[in-house]
Formats: sequence, structure tokens, C-alpha cells
Amino acid sequence: MQDRRNPLKEYLRVRVDCEPDGRMIPLAIYPDEGGPEVIDKVLDVREAPSLKMGGQGVRYTCRMRGQEIYLFCDRGQWFMEG
Amino acid sequence: MGRVILHSDANSYYASVECLYTPSIREKPVAVCGDPEARHGIVLTKNQIAKKFGIQTGEAIWQAKQKCPSLVVVPPDYDLYVHFSEKMRAIYAQYTDRVEAFGLDENWIGLTQPGMDIREGTRIAHEIRSRVREELGITVSVGVSFNKVFAKLGSDMKKPDAVTVIGEDGYREKIWPLPVSELLYVGPQTTKKLMKANVNTIGQLANMDLTAAEGLLGKNGVMLKAFAMGLDESPVMKMTATEAVKSVGNSTTPPHDLESDEDVKRLCYLLSESIARRLRAQGFRAGVVSISVRDVNLTTNGCQRKLGDATSNTGEIARMAYALYMERYRARLPLRSMGISCGSLVPEDAPVQLSMLGDDAARERRDALERTLDSLRYRFGHQVIQRAVVLADRQYAAIDPTTQTIHPVAFLREDRGVNYARPS
Repeated sequence: MQDRRNPLKEYLRVRVDCEPDGRMIPLAIYPDEGGPEVIDKVLDVREAPSLKMGGQGVRYTCRMRGQEIYLFCDRGQWFMEG
Repeated sequence: MGRVILHSDANSYYASVECLYTPSIREKPVAVCGDPEARHGIVLTKNQIAKKFGIQTGEAIWQAKQKCPSLVVVPPDYDLYVHFSEKMRAIYAQYTDRVEAFGLDENWIGLTQPGMDIREGTRIAHEIRSRVREELGITVSVGVSFNKVFAKLGSDMKKPDAVTVIGEDGYREKIWPLPVSELLYVGPQTTKKLMKANVNTIGQLANMDLTAAEGLLGKNGVMLKAFAMGLDESPVMKMTATEAVKSVGNSTTPPHDLESDEDVKRLCYLLSESIARRLRAQGFRAGVVSISVRDVNLTTNGCQRKLGDATSNTGEIARMAYALYMERYRARLPLRSMGISCGSLVPEDAPVQLSMLGDDAARERRDALERTLDSLRYRFGHQVIQRAVVLADRQYAAIDPTTQTIHPVAFLREDRGVNYARPS
């Protein structure tokens, strides 16, 4: 799903673990094309703006296929940066 | 124990949020404008780049575009601004439970507690400023002071992303040379009156004779002089932005006492007109109308009633107010003053129950007529068109309800326990 402000920003389907204390831990993302991409590890979680894609939310620094990426959750919608 | 109060003000709030969410417009002049499709959309906020072109909040889109043809006009997204406002308040709430909203983008933060001083307050102000930038991606200016009025002044002094401290020692040097219009609640009308009396700076207001201040501005004069002297003692309340607007009201003491039903009717329309206009401007409909009357013995009474349907229509509010008067207070004539207030506010786009009797078309026509009146007055001033009922008395017709000082409920609520009455 495309964002109305930034056509390059794509909202993703994400598989998430919901912890009893309300925390959410992303496990894998499902891009429109290709199979699911598994997140190996969540390295950091904090509130942050997304300057490249535009937006703000809970930012998950994730390791995926040996690379670090930022995954954002803004009011229940997920998008990737990097 | 000295008080420590911060006032945090988000810089170019709506425009900053829009620029954060839209990377492609960040380096361009941007204005967030009310409904750009309508001919009379106005600039609600502009970013720093647009500011350099001289674009001002409140001017029409076409005027702004004349100054800056490349201006990017963006429609407002209130849900997003409310969301961001809550995120800012969540940060402030980590330092104290005393966070008082003043609109979506401004908050007072009450830090007063044992062991707190202005230095520690300043450190927290810097921490809040950098946290808002790093966590939310927008900037705030923070004022640090010993009262709310000076804290707010401080947040206006250095922008963006800055902290200004106004302590008890140095406030005379910092605050008093500023133009009097910078002070909270000194609007254009009050500024005009003060300037006529040769009071141009906050310092001159502080040093004004108390009797002269009261003579010029009434009770407000006493309050504003106290503000200028740094004597504002109002506490920081726990209050959110949506709580802040609970009712919209207006009251006036007319040029002569109300002696007949016709006088009351005239005043009902005059007051309702300004109330309905403010309801529409803020995007509300009201579900309850209440009136208060004060007779010549200065006894005040009031009553209220629910409306069938929530409304922002002058006629409907005025008719209800007049009906309440006829039922309850007719025997109390003559009256010295009267006020109308509208509560139980709902957003204007909330669902409406259509009538079984089919009078909705007439209602829509009345609403359209009122919007046309708004538009005419926006372009040509309040006096350009008047209701016949008001015109019957020339003294009434001369009253412009929009120029009366109308305080928002938020700051001047009575339960604050602060009294600015003259010392006896």
C-alpha cells in the first residue's frame, strides 16, 4: 500500500509477536514481490523520525540478511527505511 | 520555594509535521491552509522558508501566492496533529503530571517541587527540546520562568529549537523593553487602547498607575498589569488540548439596560451571531444553550436547555436563548447584562439524525446563508451586513461582537483560585 504523501513509501505486511506487556517484536516482512524476509535480530527499539521516507513512530533497528535496516511502526502501519 | 514553569511551543507546528511526513516538500516554501478548494481558505501555518517571503498566518491563499508563486499549499490533517500533540505531551508527562495544553502545539509544564530551581528547570528544558527533536523529528522552543505568563513569553523569544530563561533577577531587563502586544491576552484591540494611552512596552504597562489601568481596560487592566509585573500566580493545571475547549460563550453589558422583550431579543441575536461564528470557525456544533442574566441589583441567574439537534446556526441559538428568557426571567426586567454560552460541543462533521418531518432542506439553506454571511464579513468587515432585528437600535448596531475580548476558558477558569481584584 502506497503513502499519499510519498509515493516511494510502501506500507508492508509484517509478522509480529505481541508480548503480554504490550511490546511488539517484528519477526518477518512480506514484500509485494518475493517471499517473506526473516528478521534475524532486533538490535534497538526507540521512538524516532524517518527522515528518508517521511514519518515517525517506533523505530526497530533490525538485522536482516546480514544488513541493518530500520523498520518503523507508525499508528499500526509498518514501513521500511534503508 | 520558587516556582519553576516551562512553556513549550512547537515551531511552525502543522507545517513542521507536514514537512516531516513529506520529504519532497522539505526544502520548499510550505503553507498549511484551510480547504484550498474554497476561495477563502486561509494560511494556518507556514514553514520557515515561506516566512521569509513575508507570508503571514491568517492571510488568504491568493495573497500568499502573490508573495510567493512557488508556495506549496497543503491541506490540514488534524488527526495527525492531534496524534503528534499527544506524543509531545507523553514526553512532558515523564517529568511531571502537571502538563497544561494551550492549543495543540503549546503546553505549560509545571516542575515546581522541593529541590527544584531555575537551573535544574533549564537543564530539563534542554533535555525536552533535544528529545522532541530526536524522537519526534520536529522542534520546540521552550521558555523557563517562575510564572506561566513569562514562560510563554520566553518560548516566543528564541526560535526554533531553543531555550530562553527568564529568572526573577533579570526579567526587567529582558521583558520590560518588549512591545506590550507580546504579553499574553494583549490582543490587537487592547494594544490599540494601550498605545493611545502611550503605553507601548510591557515595562510601561507594569509601571502604569493601577487606577489608570483599570479605567482604561477594566478588570482586565488590573490583571494585565499584574502579568507585566511578574505577579501571575495561576498554577499549571492537568489539562489536555481537547478538554480546553468545552464551551463557547459571550456576554456583554449593552449601552443601556434591557428594558423590553425587544431589547433582549436584539441582544440574543447579537451574542448568538458571534458565538455561532466562533463555533463554525472552530468546527463545532453545540448541543446545549445556556443563558445568564444580571438584573439591575447585580444578582446573576442562569439556566440551560438541550437543543433538539446540535447546531452552529445563529437563529437556532438565539431562539433557544430567547425562549429561556421568556420562560424564566421575563419578570426580572430591566436587566443590566446578559450572556449566552453553548456547550456539549460535537465536531461539525459528526453524524446528524435526519428529521422525520423533512425540514432538513430548510436547515441546510439556513446554514448556507450563515456561511455566506461569514464570507462577506471575512472580506468586508463585520458591519457590512446586519440583521434587521439588531439594526432597530443604532447603539446596538454599532457593537462589533468580534472586537470584544473573549478569553478562552482554558486560562481564566474560575477554579484556579487566583484573584486579580484590586488590593483594598
